[in-house]
Amino acid sequence: MSAKLIRVLVAKPGLDGHDRGAKIIARALRDGGMEVVYTGLHQTPDMIAEAAVQEDVDAVGLSILSGAHMTLFPRILELLREKGVDDIPVFGGGIIPEEDIKELAKLGIKKIFTPGASTEDIVAWVRENVPARV
Amino acid sequence: MASKPAKKLESEPVKPRFSTISGMPVDEVYEAEDLTVGPGRPGEYPFARGVYPSMYRGKTWTMRQFAGFGSAADTNQRFKYLLKEGTHGLSTAFDMPTLMGYDADAERALGEVGREGVSISTVEDMEVLFDGVPLEEVTTSMTVNCTASILLAMYLVVAERRGFDWKKLGGTIQNDMFKEYIAQKEWICPPAPALRIVTDMIEFCTDQVPRWHPVSISGYHIREAGSTAVQELAFTLADGIGYVEAAIERGLDVDEFGPRLSFFFNVHNDFFEEIAKIRAARRLWARIMRERFGAKTDRACLMRTHAQTSGVSLTAQQPMNNIVRVSLQALAGVLAGVQSLHTNSMDETLALPSEEAATTALRTQQIIAEESGVANTVDPLGGSFAVEALTERMEREAEEIIARIDDMGGILKAIESGYPQREIADAAYKFQQATDAGDYVTVGVNGYEMDEKSGGTLEILKISMDLEAGRKREVAEHKAARDSKALAAALADIRKAAEDGSNIMPPIVEAVRRGASVGEISNVFREVFGVYGDPAWL
Repeated sequence: MSAKLIRVLVAKPGLDGHDRGAKIIARALRDGGMEVVYTGLHQTPDMIAEAAVQEDVDAVGLSILSGAHMTLFPRILELLREKGVDDIPVFGGGIIPEEDIKELAKLGIKKIFTPGASTEDIVAWVRENVPARV
Repeated sequence: MASKPAKKLESEPVKPRFSTISGMPVDEVYEAEDLTVGPGRPGEYPFARGVYPSMYRGKTWTMRQFAGFGSAADTNQRFKYLLKEGTHGLSTAFDMPTLMGYDADAERALGEVGREGVSISTVEDMEVLFDGVPLEEVTTSMTVNCTASILLAMYLVVAERRGFDWKKLGGTIQNDMFKEYIAQKEWICPPAPALRIVTDMIEFCTDQVPRWHPVSISGYHIREAGSTAVQELAFTLADGIGYVEAAIERGLDVDEFGPRLSFFFNVHNDFFEEIAKIRAARRLWARIMRERFGAKTDRACLMRTHAQTSGVSLTAQQPMNNIVRVSLQALAGVLAGVQSLHTNSMDETLALPSEEAATTALRTQQIIAEESGVANTVDPLGGSFAVEALTERMEREAEEIIARIDDMGGILKAIESGYPQREIADAAYKFQQATDAGDYVTVGVNGYEMDEKSGGTLEILKISMDLEAGRKREVAEHKAARDSKALAAALADIRKAAEDGSNIMPPIVEAVRRGASVGEISNVFREVFGVYGDPAWL
């Protein structure tokens, strides 16, 4: 029996329309052999947590460039916990200052990628840090 | 043009292949035989060499710095600072809730208030934003699209309350909805009703605010989303064709509204490609207006354009290097003959610009204008074999894409089918792969890297977490002070116009006078026209 594919939700919280990065990451993960569900833009924390449950994903990647990460990322973590899916890694990327990255790490975001990160690095990180569940 | 046979080099070339950042192959040398049309003269149709005969000798380009953060009072202070330091025109960045039609006290505004621009919910906010700014003297640009009709109405009501004549107000509202669906992706309703509102605004402004540019047809965001230079050129002009067709269908005279259309292009890293793009844009637009739409006057054919240096080209690593990137891009914009220019701040990959970074960005333009001497001669690159050949090539390739869009039934149909969206996502992915493979070197990122300490760090602008709560209180207070009966009647008039197809601007202006908020008027759009959802194409 072949190993189960890693299934990732790529989500765009917030109201900003910057989807260049999210789409590139989604395609890179897919080309890297993973199953990818992309939410599209303008998602609320509720929509994202709900999608994570419905789609039964192994990881959630959040892309945000609106500056609302300090409000929306913790809310998403909280909702995932409420729904009992606190065992899957949540990572993110966007315009996120260094001191916020430290704060988000404390709250439970596993990794934040900043501008200039290569898709190879991101795909490799997901492969190493996301166990494909059986 | 066909590539010439490669000459034997004495040594191996430094790169396996020479191309622009958009992937367009570049010849080793260009000669007279590479050119097929003459460059023409500045200020004469078809305007490749510039829209005015004397260009910057008659008037320096408008230094128009884009600004907006936090509250209206915060941004008003920045506006006054920039004007004091020599910026010629204002340009307003709104926050995401304002851009998407939500008030600061809406649930969807959670965490977003004042973070990516200034928070404006009511006409009282707009009064604070432009407090003390002489609106008949300073031209103002507002970057807002699906809520453009509301923000323009607020600007007009503020002007009216301060005793300014609408006929004397000069400025630009972006209001380019096609490129929202294509690239920037801030919307309320689907494309067809959005186009109707844009057309209402063109009609309204032509009649009531004749010095205003009611739409700024924008390639900037298309490029930032990952398009090539030629795609930026082609999709932008195809959007322009769509607006002109809609206005003509409305019964407007192309020679009357044509001169009020303006454009907005990106200036990215590849120096000559960017100059050629803007020169090609002018020539192609002039030909479209005359040949396709029968514009009789030259004024209707000449493309006035704003330009902004490329945000996406800046790096978080070694951020001081961004000053150099911005300088080169700004120089390309000036050599291309733009009418106004925004230079990005070095810190824009980290946060909204700090005052210090915004000052350096403005000084960059002033150094080009005052010290470099490049503005002394009109179109100094005109007649350069390389620049003219590249201009011709970009014009030709853009025409091919526009012909494809014509075949699809025009830009509205093309957008509904996802054509430009997919082309841009493909180009963005291809560029990322090429970057990851090391085909393109970005200094400080995948070449010449340093650790963060040696690379330098910047003090960035921080928006207080308390701002949002304060804004919620303010908006609630303004809302509580209104005459609710008059307000309800005014909102009902907007609904009526939305449904019966009469021009939607007059009832929006009236509703703003009665205190209607951005969110309340947007809700009428949502109810009548429906809400557009992201097709989420990958």
